[in-house]
Amino acid sequence: MTNYLVKRVLMMLVTLWIIVTLTFSLMHAIPGNPFASESDQLPEQILANLRAKYHLDEPLPVQYLMYLKNLVFLDLGPSIKSDSRSVNDMIADGFGASAWLGGQAISIAVVFGILFGIIAALNRNRTLDYVAMALAVLGVAVPSFIMAPLLINFLAIKFPLFPVATWGTWMHTVLPSLALAFGPIAIITRYMRASMIEVMNQNYIRTAEAKGIPTVLIVIKHGIRNAILPVITFLGPLIASLITGTFVVEKIFAIPGIGKYFVDGIFNRDYPVILGTTIFYSAILIVTIFLIDIAYSLIDPRIRLTKKEG
Amino acid sequence: MATEERIDPLFRPLTKDVQAVGITRPSLSNWQQVVRKLVKNKLAMLGFFIILFLVVMAIIGPSLVPYSHSDQSLLDRNKELSAEHWFGTDELGRDMFARTWFGARISLTIGVVAALIDLVIGVTVGGIAGYMAGRGKKGDRIDNIIMRIIEILYGLPYLLVVILLMVVMEPGILTIIIALSATGWVGMARLVRGQILQLKNQEFIMAAQVLGAKFSRILLKHLIPNTFGVIIVNLTFTIPSAIFAESFLSFLGLGVQAPDASWGTMTNDAMGVILTGDWWRLFFPGLMISLTMFAFNVFGDGLQDALDPRLRD
Repeated sequence: MTNYLVKRVLMMLVTLWIIVTLTFSLMHAIPGNPFASESDQLPEQILANLRAKYHLDEPLPVQYLMYLKNLVFLDLGPSIKSDSRSVNDMIADGFGASAWLGGQAISIAVVFGILFGIIAALNRNRTLDYVAMALAVLGVAVPSFIMAPLLINFLAIKFPLFPVATWGTWMHTVLPSLALAFGPIAIITRYMRASMIEVMNQNYIRTAEAKGIPTVLIVIKHGIRNAILPVITFLGPLIASLITGTFVVEKIFAIPGIGKYFVDGIFNRDYPVILGTTIFYSAILIVTIFLIDIAYSLIDPRIRLTKKEG
Repeated sequence: MATEERIDPLFRPLTKDVQAVGITRPSLSNWQQVVRKLVKNKLAMLGFFIILFLVVMAIIGPSLVPYSHSDQSLLDRNKELSAEHWFGTDELGRDMFARTWFGARISLTIGVVAALIDLVIGVTVGGIAGYMAGRGKKGDRIDNIIMRIIEILYGLPYLLVVILLMVVMEPGILTIIIALSATGWVGMARLVRGQILQLKNQEFIMAAQVLGAKFSRILLKHLIPNTFGVIIVNLTFTIPSAIFAESFLSFLGLGVQAPDASWGTMTNDAMGVILTGDWWRLFFPGLMISLTMFAFNVFGDGLQDALDPRLRD
């Protein structure tokens, strides 16, 4: 077990290092520099000073090693466009909103996805099943950047229940969370339904039924615990798609989260910001997948992490 | 009176001209069975016809109206649906019908080409890894290296990598395709490797080897045809996800550049007017993206069921 954990953590670090190297070399492969827009107006000496300030005058390998060294101390460097702020500050600033939004969305998705999946499985081939599955197909088909304006149109403009955009009270979080959660709910519902149907046909469920245990108890005590495993394996990719979903949702709802800094960074060609946020997102994703694998073995004692084949 | 008359007719020996009853189902090849099952699946067929419709409209749609996707007419800005403009116009007076189907060309092209590149790279790499695994020390090492690369690429947040590549390269369709395929082949490679590993230890492969079949014959006649189903099903899911990724990138402003249109850029353009109630601006591109995702997904699901021998009737 310890062996496995050490190996996994090493693998995670290698993946992160590759991401850093990849993004670093990609960024410097492009012609031009972050001061391209000012270079006509500023004297050569000032430009040289600016380059020196951000260490852009050093040879690339030196810059690369410096970045890595700072990264070890979790320093992501300064933002070039917004002068006084470091990328760390920006991430610290935006993380609250993004994490709240993402956490709320994934909670909604897990709770309702599992609930709908169970309802669909228990009413197999009856009306409720068809309703749940229609919802699931819709969720796969309608991307979040179309869902979000639809929600704004209906729940904020036609029926002004929630604020249209921006950030502040909890009411502001409802629409963006729903827009984000819609796709994941659909995916979880599908997986939960399929695995619940399989579990409910098992012999131990029949035994429990024969003993006269009420259906609710059977579902809670035997059904969910066994059916939830395939759903958990799917949480990793789901969280990845949720993270990318936050870019657009934060943009549409004008939410001051990390996604907004990332998108703005792209348009300003603010390389340290793009690099820093990419690393941050990747780290979150990699750690989450790792935690999910561990949770997997805790829920199902039959699975031993060490025996897992890559 | 012949003895035959007294025997219950059910137990009489058959005369030559009586046809045997019941079991004459025509013998079908594997693919005929798959197609037959697929045709019976109404939802999958609906998906198939939607795909067909979208492809046909992508080809002929833009030429059905006398406007091109980039013709501006500042007098006709944000016009509602009418006999002249079937899908209305946008904020520069461009015809939405022409733009929608021009966008279909771009979206479908990107989806199909990116998926095909994924297919070629994925099948090649996955096939090599699967074949090399368990072939002595050297073979195992090759498999190991490939799998480590795949594992790391799989751990990368793929849209982030695509966005990074898009930032670095010149914007355009080719760039989108390259960016999407750079990480997209990994899923296919994993799938094919798993399939080959599973297949090559089965008895029919061993039998072929014992009979002296060459490797090329085993690969072409046994291994590849048997992985074909899984590959095709995977293809029906990679096409919509490539289309989705393109819309997503275009929505963020990184994909197709003006004056060209894709469903993603049109959705993004419509964001500014959702408050004014010009619903058609969002509705048509949004509907097309959703229809495409829906059609490919239900068709893929149906194909998967049809290819699953456990679900055969």
